Amino acid sequence: MDKDSINQVIEGGLLPRRALLKASALGLAGSFVVPARASQDWMTHAGEPQGEYGQPSPFAQLKREQTGGHPLGHAAGSSSTPLQDLNGTITPNSLHFERHHSGIPAIDPARHTLTIYGDVRRQLQFSYEDLLAYPMETHQYFLECSGNSFRNTLNEPLDLTAGSLNGLVSGAEWTGVPLHYLLDEAGIDSAARWVIAEGADAAGMTRSLPMKLALDNVMVALYQNGEPLRPAQGYPMRLFVPGSEGNISVKWLQSLKVQGMPAYTRDETAKYTDLLANGQAEMFSLAMGVKSLITSPSGKMTLNRKGIYEVTGLAWSGAAAIRGVEISADGGVTWEPAALQSAARPMALTRFRLPWRWVGQSSILQSRATDTQGNIQPTRTVALARYSAAGFYHYNGIQSWHVSNAGVVKNVYV
Amino acid sequence: MFTCKTFVPRCATTAMVLLALSASATALAQPVLDGHNIKPELGRLVPDYQGTIVSGNGSGLPLGQGSVEQGEQVFNARCAACHGLDGKLAGNQLAGGIGTLATAQPVKTVGSYWPYAPTLYDYIARAMPYNEEKSLSVNEVYGATAYVLYLNGIVKRSDVVSDSTLADIQMPNRDGFIELQQ
Repeated sequence: MDKDSINQVIEGGLLPRRALLKASALGLAGSFVVPARASQDWMTHAGEPQGEYGQPSPFAQLKREQTGGHPLGHAAGSSSTPLQDLNGTITPNSLHFERHHSGIPAIDPARHTLTIYGDVRRQLQFSYEDLLAYPMETHQYFLECSGNSFRNTLNEPLDLTAGSLNGLVSGAEWTGVPLHYLLDEAGIDSAARWVIAEGADAAGMTRSLPMKLALDNVMVALYQNGEPLRPAQGYPMRLFVPGSEGNISVKWLQSLKVQGMPAYTRDETAKYTDLLANGQAEMFSLAMGVKSLITSPSGKMTLNRKGIYEVTGLAWSGAAAIRGVEISADGGVTWEPAALQSAARPMALTRFRLPWRWVGQSSILQSRATDTQGNIQPTRTVALARYSAAGFYHYNGIQSWHVSNAGVVKNVYV
Repeated sequence: MFTCKTFVPRCATTAMVLLALSASATALAQPVLDGHNIKPELGRLVPDYQGTIVSGNGSGLPLGQGSVEQGEQVFNARCAACHGLDGKLAGNQLAGGIGTLATAQPVKTVGSYWPYAPTLYDYIARAMPYNEEKSLSVNEVYGATAYVLYLNGIVKRSDVVSDSTLADIQMPNRDGFIELQQ
């Protein structure tokens, strides 16, 4: 190993990227240790037979967290993705976060239709089978609930995992029919400015989508990560609005009403509006801010050895692609650029990584993302100052993890 | 071999995109990158479809009416278990809170926060009562709407609300919002 470059430890133990690159160029210098005979019990007899639909290893112990509902309506709640147990930028469908307002409907696609009506030349209805015959597009996008990370807006930091705190965000490959194909077929009136999307769940979730977004990159999504949508994600079809708060990507989509004005539904007025300190509230605040968090090391983990760790996490922005992520190991006093491990895609998750030497020092790990429009992720204090003290939507403040000198990692406020 | 009789060639795709862009004012400038946009046009005409979406200005409201008095019976039987007889059960509070929005502990209710009264009709009709959604009649929904407005001091005990009056009711926080998309 190139001891000189590995020893170029900067503030807090972070290793600059040039050291990483130099060290990796040397190749593997270690020796291989190969046992003479395989002796594990799974090597001595046939394993389980093949199955129809795969399951994860029971040893991986993957499960969603924070699966609670409303005290008076248990199916009105959410579950969050265990971000700390995953890597890469794709959220497995079985672990995708959920937020339902009256449970997951069991929709028979043969009895479900999508109707486009209102200010159009021709009111049209499509079956699921119809939509499967349309030209589709495939894109990777993030999806984030407007209320993600709300626990970090509370007065005291909660000792929870990265997923419990921030797991209402996902990255997935979405495939569907560009919405403008269907709007074009119906023929929208020139005065129409909004499309009102309505779900077929018991809550009948309804949101108003500005026409300029509807005609841009919105799709009627039919597939997620290559398979038909899961019921919890809108089977058989959902709206997908890249970069916007998750609630407007209406699941179980059943109708699109074209009109001149927003509908001002309950969920875009009473809920999903952002109260400011002066008592006014922002409405149709759709774009999700630039944000990142370190998924490892992260809350509830314990570093059980001294030495090199990889600091890694996720970054995204509703406005653009991620240009850079910086890491601090000293609570934001000094910052070091991380390596970005995926192409800069707009409105998609980006994975970042940086090596870190931990020798038992008490540290505060943070990440700070910047997008290609120059938006910089704010500190918690700055992020909170924008809204009423009771506000909790659109929180994108920097996540801080304290590492004690015993290696215990915990959510803290800086 | 693929022939033009069975496959629409990509060159035609591009030509059609260009034609569509030049011919239609509403054509959309999504470039065709690695796909195509040859559409089967399978939408079936449904000229009579009405939908159920009620907008803030009252468009979409069905014919009907309900009094505060009728609404009290509906509310007490179907709503109060989760919202409280006075509409102030914590967690599902519907009434009160007027004047609290600029304080450290704002209470957002129909009276203190909601900008449009027809939204109340829309939401009760589509999403309430929880787990018994869409079980109220049109007039029961108007009655429940009237009663929640009464609990907030917005209408009088003797009032009736209907499809022709609901949009005219002035909500206290009507001007409390900044619309970012307009």
